[in-house]
Amino acid sequence: MMKITVEIPTALRRFTDGVQSIECNSATLPELLGEIEQRFPAIVKHLRDDAGQVRRFVNIYVNEEDIRFLGGNEYQFREGDRVLVVPSIAGGAPARPPSGPTDACG
Amino acid sequence: MAEHYQLKCRECGKLWGNAPRSFCDECLSPLEVSYDMDAARGRFTRKNIEAGPTNLWRYRGLLPLPEDFQSTLPTGFTPLVEARHLSKELGARNLYVKNDAVCFPTLSFKDRVVAVALAAARQFGFKVVSCSSTGNLANAVAAQAARESLDAWIFIPADLEPAKVTGTLVFGAKLVRIAGNYDQVNRLCSQIAEKFPWGFVNVNLRPYYAEGSKTVGYEIAEQLGWRLPDNIVVPMAGGSLITKIRKSFSELIALGLVEEKKVKFFGAQATGCSPISDAVKRNLDQFEPQKPATIARSLAIGNPADGYYASRAIRESGGWAEDISDPEIVKGIQLLAETEGIFAETAGGVTTGVTRKLIEQGHIGPNETTVVCITGNGLKTIDAVSQEYALAPAIAPRLTEFESFINDRLAAVAGN
Repeated sequence: MMKITVEIPTALRRFTDGVQSIECNSATLPELLGEIEQRFPAIVKHLRDDAGQVRRFVNIYVNEEDIRFLGGNEYQFREGDRVLVVPSIAGGAPARPPSGPTDACG
Repeated sequence: MAEHYQLKCRECGKLWGNAPRSFCDECLSPLEVSYDMDAARGRFTRKNIEAGPTNLWRYRGLLPLPEDFQSTLPTGFTPLVEARHLSKELGARNLYVKNDAVCFPTLSFKDRVVAVALAAARQFGFKVVSCSSTGNLANAVAAQAARESLDAWIFIPADLEPAKVTGTLVFGAKLVRIAGNYDQVNRLCSQIAEKFPWGFVNVNLRPYYAEGSKTVGYEIAEQLGWRLPDNIVVPMAGGSLITKIRKSFSELIALGLVEEKKVKFFGAQATGCSPISDAVKRNLDQFEPQKPATIARSLAIGNPADGYYASRAIRESGGWAEDISDPEIVKGIQLLAETEGIFAETAGGVTTGVTRKLIEQGHIGPNETTVVCITGNGLKTIDAVSQEYALAPAIAPRLTEFESFINDRLAAVAGN
């Protein structure tokens, strides 16, 4: 069966039990999202909006190329594709542990 | 928390305190600095501002700076030039040029955002600062990091203009040239930022960095005598500047420093990289990314981080967006230089050319007060125009030679 690898960004690893990359078998992006969500249900509301679309500020890359240039939802994954999920306002891990959300302006 | 500001998700509103992070872990949307506006009311006044230094730190009351922050870098407060000849040329009467081509220290508006970003970098204890850049940001980070004794790692597309490459290396920065376009460099930097404990000014420090752009707007209002223009024309790359100028005007209105006015925001892009103007013109909710192909490399961002907010800001303001071709960009550079004596980089050619187009289309009324934002210096993109000027052969240092030269010239002009 065809295999592709999906890299999970730091921000979403708390929903994947810390797993950084996962192997998947899906043929298209919509299928892939379903597959990821089946394995890690908590990720759903972070990856998709209320209408079920990939959130506006999430970019998906296939082997360094933005999937929107490859046909988006129509793109057929190929054996060995590496899929990256990147928040469009690239964030990265804080250099030190974050102070966490606060609920008031001090 | 002692600070009068903190990060807030632009979509879900969740508050995040102050930390080097740029998006919300809940909905993956961008974070923005929000201020305690009640606290700002007493501090951010015309009187306090006018008593401050003649640079962007006079607006520190609405910048994300720690209370004990002190800077000796006199950046910002660039000239707002009344553009009478350009106005006449374009059939308008009240054009002004906000000239960040002479921003200190590296001749672009990026000096502003970096000044604020490095304050945040210091606060968070970073020893290394970094950025992905189309050139101007590279120069600004490299220069200010040198002054602050921070290490700088700079990532650029390999094909940048030589002046912007040398203008980064000269400050001792480590330069990484990437065989790809800016969007690829930016995506790579987001991955690097996950692994390296660096302060990326436009990645994990982005919310702080972006606030520096507001000072363009504060200055324009103050320089117009504490009033807002009718229109403003802003070049768009990532789309952050236009949204931040809008934020600055809203803050000035909210705090009563200027009279309320609905300023129309106009965005300018090169046709060869126009995802935001395309979204505005086609009334798309979300822009479509493009592969950049334009001489305006400082605007060559095909997947603009703030594109969504930029197109929304333009629409809400009642403004519009336009784009022009590379030959029109060159003409725009020449037009601004020949009418106002200002040599802008390619992005300035875009803004000037688009302003012409917007006036011709009737989007900008001839009697309205319009500010044209010039964000970078022509000496950095000299190759874009140098081929327009054929050099005459050198002549001997002899009066008769010159007389013959000028006679030939006059004859040639008469012959035309």
